[in-house]
Amino acid sequence: MSEAIALAALAASLAAAIARSRRAPDWAVAVAGAAVLVATGAISLDGARRAFDRLGPTVGFLAALLVLADGCRRAGVFDALGALIARGASGRPRRLLALVFAAAAGTTAVLSLDATVVLLTPVVFATAARVRADPRPHVYACSHLANSASLLLPVSNLTNLLAFAAAGISFTRFAALMALPWMVALAVEWVVLSRAFAGALRPVRGREPPGAAVPAREPAPPAYALAVVALTLAGFAASSALRVAPVWFAAAGAGALTVRRPPRPLELALAAEPAFLVFVLALGVIVAAAGEHGLSSLIRSLLPPGDGLPALLGVAAISAVLANLVNNLPATLIVVPVAAASGTGAVLAMLIGVGVGPNLSYVGSLATLLWRRIVHAHDHDTDIAEFTLLGVRTVPAVLVASTAALWLALHVV
Amino acid sequence: MRALVWITESGWEGCVDQAAMLLAPDAEVTLLHVAATDVEGLVAGGPGRLLGRHPPPRHEREQPMHAIAEHGARALLESARDRLEAAWGQPARSPSGESSVRLLARRGRLEREVLEACADADLLVLGRDGDDRRPGPGSLGRHARFVVDHAPCTVALVWPGGPPAGAIHWPAHLRR
Repeated sequence: MSEAIALAALAASLAAAIARSRRAPDWAVAVAGAAVLVATGAISLDGARRAFDRLGPTVGFLAALLVLADGCRRAGVFDALGALIARGASGRPRRLLALVFAAAAGTTAVLSLDATVVLLTPVVFATAARVRADPRPHVYACSHLANSASLLLPVSNLTNLLAFAAAGISFTRFAALMALPWMVALAVEWVVLSRAFAGALRPVRGREPPGAAVPAREPAPPAYALAVVALTLAGFAASSALRVAPVWFAAAGAGALTVRRPPRPLELALAAEPAFLVFVLALGVIVAAAGEHGLSSLIRSLLPPGDGLPALLGVAAISAVLANLVNNLPATLIVVPVAAASGTGAVLAMLIGVGVGPNLSYVGSLATLLWRRIVHAHDHDTDIAEFTLLGVRTVPAVLVASTAALWLALHVV
Repeated sequence: MRALVWITESGWEGCVDQAAMLLAPDAEVTLLHVAATDVEGLVAGGPGRLLGRHPPPRHEREQPMHAIAEHGARALLESARDRLEAAWGQPARSPSGESSVRLLARRGRLEREVLEACADADLLVLGRDGDDRRPGPGSLGRHARFVVDHAPCTVALVWPGGPPAGAIHWPAHLRR
């Protein structure tokens, strides 16, 4: 009975997050679901508190990162990045793509995939228009790298943050182990995307230099914001040596950007996305309850044990499938406790799966797709075929190559 | 002679140069650019694919995407008209001083918009949108291929960078 209630609460929260209804906001549904689970004894008050204690620091970390990224936006970091890309490309589409790759990989790794999707991608679109380049390769690159370049650091993806807390390794060790898988993922994406858009990226013989396309007056580089981000990163790297949790460096960075250019209080509160933070906490309680009542043992029976290459590939593949069924956030919450028991290798292989997997489905997961079908809601004029084709050509290759690179790193680093 | 020239960001110069050779200055020329709205959908829909996230709206001082796309298209089409008139050596002006070269900016799915626009044209000039380094099926991308396959008028298919230097890869049954 408890199992059914827990699964129903999980399904309802997911459905609410996908439906994005005003009348039943996802955070409220998840909180109500968690409350029902506590009230019916499906999870004890202690169990709920443990889930809270486990997720609380992660959610605080996430809030600091969201404020940090928004501070960078307000300081003009992304506009400056756009200007830099436009100038550096000097009219050559393939060089433009290389710079977009660098910007998207860097933004995703340092400021998380949300920053790339929400803040960088619109700037890249505008930049492509400004230098008269076909926007397709560059926008698709941002969309893909938001996922596949989110392997490098614990702060690159919320799924990484959740697993980082469970994996019990330092920030630098996480980065050292994931550096090779991250670079391999970037290489595969580069090969596939630059071939798929070869026509749009070809150098044009006889083209005059695009003097008019580059703006005469460039925004000054936001030195203060960049210095804050660099110092925050340095703090992350030194966190284990200094015995200070990385979350405090993120908070300091977010604070430094906020003090310099204070936003309106409401703007600041919205930047931290409080509704999402509540949703993550409540979802954590619900998944903990579902885990206690059979979900964890089901996942345990599915995941191959050990940390050999075949086992890691199996974990990555299953995680990618799960992320494509129910979205990567719930997939991570479900798999992390089980994978953590198998060791660091399994946790990181899971992150490769839930990080890269979402490039397969246009709307994030099968669950979202089914919902869109039901309500006939389509993004206007989307080209799902193009997106899916690119996903099919990159995701399996990145999964295998990056997991093999992880296996290698686990033996070498 | 009513001609439609499909102007794309990659290789519009070659297309215009070929059109200038094929067409006389008294032809009714329309230069067409299509802004692909699927890319705009990918940009705008991005946050929607992040489960549970509700990023705050940021419309202060930011141009809407369609305005950016329209501005870019307009600038590209005007450059193409300038190049065409320069290649003809004379501005194609009507007695009232207006250019007879029509500029047409459309939005939507590329293939559909191009085919609809050439419904009453006698000639469509378009560039190969694939890998133009060597001759072969790869030189035509899926958008241009669909247009070539379905165009209701005569089609002039241009190598935007000039004919490729690569040799033809003959299939076995055609080899000498």
